[in-house]
This record gives sequence, structure tokens and C-alpha cells, in this order.
Amino acid sequence: MSEHRKSWKPYAGKNDPCPPLKEKTYETPPNLYLGVQEPGLEQYKPADALKKGTLWPALFGPYESPFAPSTRANKKED
Amino acid sequence: MFVYEKKLLYPVKVSSCNPKLAKYLIEQYGGADGELAAALRYMNQRYTIPDKVIGLLTDIAMEEFSHLEMIATMVFKLTKDATPDQIRDAGLEPHYVNHGSALYYENAGGIPFNASYIAGKGDPIADLYEDIAAEEKARATYQYIIDLSDDPDLNDGLKFLREREIVHGQRFREAVEMLKENYSERKVF
Ligand SMILES: [Fe+2]
Repeated sequence: MSEHRKSWKPYAGKNDPCPPLKEKTYETPPNLYLGVQEPGLEQYKPADALKKGTLWPALFGPYESPFAPSTRANKKED
Repeated sequence: MFVYEKKLLYPVKVSSCNPKLAKYLIEQYGGADGELAAALRYMNQRYTIPDKVIGLLTDIAMEEFSHLEMIATMVFKLTKDATPDQIRDAGLEPHYVNHGSALYYENAGGIPFNASYIAGKGDPIADLYEDIAAEEKARATYQYIIDLSDDPDLNDGLKFLREREIVHGQRFREAVEMLKENYSERKVF
């Protein structure tokens, strides 16, 4: 699981109508941790920065759906 | 004064005609945490915020308008040649009856845009905390749309927009620190 994704295991009742999701996730993007940005941090090259949406690797928090097949497959491995 | 540049902030590409995705995306057009609400919120708060952070709010407001333009382009591309059958399959009949193929400032449930989505409390800390929450809510909305969308080209644009919400959240958090006078230097974003 990405460092920007956290999870917990919610209670599942035995009569829940939908098959319970044993683990649920939420996103914790880098802006929660960076504090006031220091000068002189590493930068992406301009073309990469435009593509990613930020000039700063320290602020890049990519997202893939936790329900996407690839993501779910990864999840089983942890 | 606005200077308009006749190109999008980030290229918008859509892989398939899918009006259903337009129905989801309209949340970011005219919903409570959408781009219109964001732009208007910051452009309005900027007048009464301490002058150290006026520039930040104005800059972010302008960027939100360019996001609004990207969302409009996405919605337009997803719906422009849709037939009545496709409109029906996507559940867009109420919109079609009211607006034809025009875009409209409404949320995914069809509720028209409302100024009560925007807070302007006049208290700098209250307003900035509102703005931080608004950015996190917009980020969450993008995640939900990405979860529902199977269009890789569209998701590419949505992931860019989501990342911008993270950057804005960062800058608003720094603005709070500036007003706390923990910090007084200008930042590049
Ligand atoms: Fe934003």
C-alpha cells in the first residue's frame, strides 16, 4: 500500500447484507506532513512537473482507486 | 482585470463517448466542493484577508477558473454527440429536458449551484480553515470520480486536478502559519 494510503479494519456484523469490506482505506496526502515548505527542495523537470501537477516531489501524492483490480491484487500481498 | 489565454491549463482528452461520466463530473462544475465554488470562494475572501495572503487567494482563485474550464471541456466532450438513447442510459434525461445539451452549474444530483456553498466569515483563520477543508473535499470528490471512471485519458486529467488540490491545501496551510506569524516569506507554487 502506498505511504499516502492508510487503512483500518471495520467491524463486520454476521448479518450484513453486502459482503463486508474487511479493510477500508483513506488517503493522507503529503500536505498533511510537509509543514511550511523549506526553500531549496528538489524539483521535477518542467515537463514532468506539468504532467504531475506539482513542481515538488515532496508534494506529489499520486492516487489509484483502492477498488481497481491492480490495487486490490497488491493489497492481498501485504 | 483578466487576461485570457486561449488554451487549457492541462490537455483534456476523453477516450470514449460516455455521458454517464459527465453526470459524475458535473459535481466538480456546479457542486458544493466544485471548481466554481472554489474560484468564487477565494476571489471573494481575498478582499478582507490580511494583505500578506491576498495574492495567494487571488492566484488560487484564478487557477480554479482554469480548472473549471477543464471540467467544462470534459463534460462537453463526453456529451456533445450523445443521442437521446445514450442520454437515457446515462440517466441524464432530467438534465436534457431542462437544458438540452447545454452545460449547467449543478451538482451530480441535478441541484443548481447555490451561493451558500461558499463561506466568507471575514475571520482570517476561519476562512483559511474553510479553504483547507474545501481543498480536501475537492480532492476526495476527484478520488470518488476516479473510482467510478474507467476512462484512462479522462482519469489522467482528473489526477492532475486532484494533485493541484493537494498543492492548494499545502499553500493554505502555509498561509495560516504566516498569519500566526511563524513565518513571513513568500512561496512559489
Ligand atoms: Fe483547488
